[in-house]
Amino acid sequence: MWGDWHQLWQIVSVPDNVPIVALLFLVPFYTWYGFREAFKHDRLIAQLEADPAMAKTHHRKPYPFKTGWERELHVWPYLMRIEFLAAVILTVLLMVWSITLNAPLEEPANPNLTMNPSKAPWYFLGLQEMLVYFDPWIAGVVMPTLIIVGLMAIPYVDANPLGNGYYTYKQRKFSIWAFLIGFLALWCVMIVIGTFIRGPGWMWFWPTQTWDHNRLDFAVNRNLHEIFGIENRWLAMGFGASVVGLFFIVAGYLMHRLCMVTEFSRKIYQRMTLLQIITLHTLLILMLSLPAKMAARLLFRIKYVLVTPWFNI
Amino acid sequence: MPDEKENGAGKRTGLLTTVKETVKQDLAGLKPALLEKGKEELDALKEPEKTQLFRSIFRVKRDETPRSRALSVLTNVFFHLHPAKINRDAVRYSYTWGMGGMSFYLFLVLTITGVLLMFYYHPTKGQAYRDILYLHHDVPFGQLLRNMHRWGAHLMIIAVWLHMMRVFLTGSYKRPREFNWCVGVILMVLTMLLSFTGYLLPDDQLGFWAVTVGTNMARATPLLGHEGPFGPQLGMTAFNDVRFALLGGSIVDANALLRAYIWHCIAIPLIASVFMGVHFWRVRKDGGISGPAPVMLESEMKEEKKGPRPVILRPSGTR
Repeated sequence: MWGDWHQLWQIVSVPDNVPIVALLFLVPFYTWYGFREAFKHDRLIAQLEADPAMAKTHHRKPYPFKTGWERELHVWPYLMRIEFLAAVILTVLLMVWSITLNAPLEEPANPNLTMNPSKAPWYFLGLQEMLVYFDPWIAGVVMPTLIIVGLMAIPYVDANPLGNGYYTYKQRKFSIWAFLIGFLALWCVMIVIGTFIRGPGWMWFWPTQTWDHNRLDFAVNRNLHEIFGIENRWLAMGFGASVVGLFFIVAGYLMHRLCMVTEFSRKIYQRMTLLQIITLHTLLILMLSLPAKMAARLLFRIKYVLVTPWFNI
Repeated sequence: MPDEKENGAGKRTGLLTTVKETVKQDLAGLKPALLEKGKEELDALKEPEKTQLFRSIFRVKRDETPRSRALSVLTNVFFHLHPAKINRDAVRYSYTWGMGGMSFYLFLVLTITGVLLMFYYHPTKGQAYRDILYLHHDVPFGQLLRNMHRWGAHLMIIAVWLHMMRVFLTGSYKRPREFNWCVGVILMVLTMLLSFTGYLLPDDQLGFWAVTVGTNMARATPLLGHEGPFGPQLGMTAFNDVRFALLGGSIVDANALLRAYIWHCIAIPLIASVFMGVHFWRVRKDGGISGPAPVMLESEMKEEKKGPRPVILRPSGTR
């Protein structure tokens, strides 16, 4: 009834998992920290929008400022001392961590003895977790490429000139939601799942559930066209392709509606060039395809949507 | 002839006495002066910043005038990455989170510990694992060295991610910093690749299977992998595809170890250093740290300007 806490402790106390335990605290903390600043700015923005006279005289930061105060500080010593302090604290932290916890060293590499589960380094566990839902060419190659390209595209597709150089939520709702869903909900959560939940055979074990090496997973996953009883190969291919196409159209339409929700986002939308709109939508739809495929697998036990002789999706 | 000899010898004795006496006289005269001089120089050492040695290194007077404070940043090769002055709010931790600086500091720590580890490590099968054991059990502070390298690497990845999150949440990737964001994304990828290539080096089960899992994905690269879409049609086999290029073979073995070692210790650090140089330089050239900027109101949004924009919007150091 109380579960196997020893198992949980075994997973948590693996030295290489310590960074993920740290991540569990650091990422929520800094998310909160950033949003606290954002709301502070949002309150000021609301205040200034309501009072145009104040907007003309205010120094437009939520931090205290009085006339006569220096606007600029000398880097030496006011910034240097912070950097020095940060370096000292970080060094102490690293030293203490290194003295108290040893880096892992398993037995010598042995190609004949497969580790079960054999996991990638923790920062790639998101990609490994994706392997459950997609074939390796998508999870291991296309998706990482898309993540890199997508991240680099952000400054060029974000046509919103507001919120440049200060925390705000109100002025950038859409982009902040898009980023946080990608980084927190997809990337970080997948890492946590890959670390704490995936056991032998990459099977799902809830925290405190004992890792059973003899557990068998009788997969009853089927391809989408089999559910609809399509047996002809070419027909099935056409059907799968049209479902994928339909996903793009529906998701694209939903994304479009989302961009049209508020007056402000409509205004931003109008500033975008056609190329920006197409790039933004393509990237967001492709990002959405991960939760979509996850839902298809977990809720309907669908293995592939599109089956071709060359690749499956 | 004998006379001459005697005379000569006599002269020499005379010379010695003269020299002795002169030196004695000199010393007697010098004694108080030497003491005084020595005391004077010792006193001068109490203010080392006035010595020639110190001035030749630092060149700037150490006092609290604005000029000296500015110069101490500008005349130091390590400090001159910074501007002389910054906005009073830019030092707020709640704005910067300090993650970019910490990433760079961790990179330095990893370079130092990494170089020290290289003294004890042979990237060859059979020897590599023994070198780790040697580090653990025989090298003074060897275990600590390896621990610091590994935990530092993990910390650096977390710091880089949080740095990216901060830059996103403050909208700092917006004009004129678009390109520097891209450089940052590349640096993040390089950071993870650095860590990944280092994972194999202990040559233990953990690294071996992690790298096996990781590189197996390369098999499935479209067009370039022998199990990827259209790979076989293009003549890809396990012995000529992109995975073979990564591993220097069809399995994770001695060649893979050597390649990981060279990527980890030489190639990627070099590439990353170049990108870091660009990254830091662009921070300055794009107008310094992005904020905290004064908030902009929706009513103040301007029409998008068409046409080319100036390359450097604000000269560095001015705001």
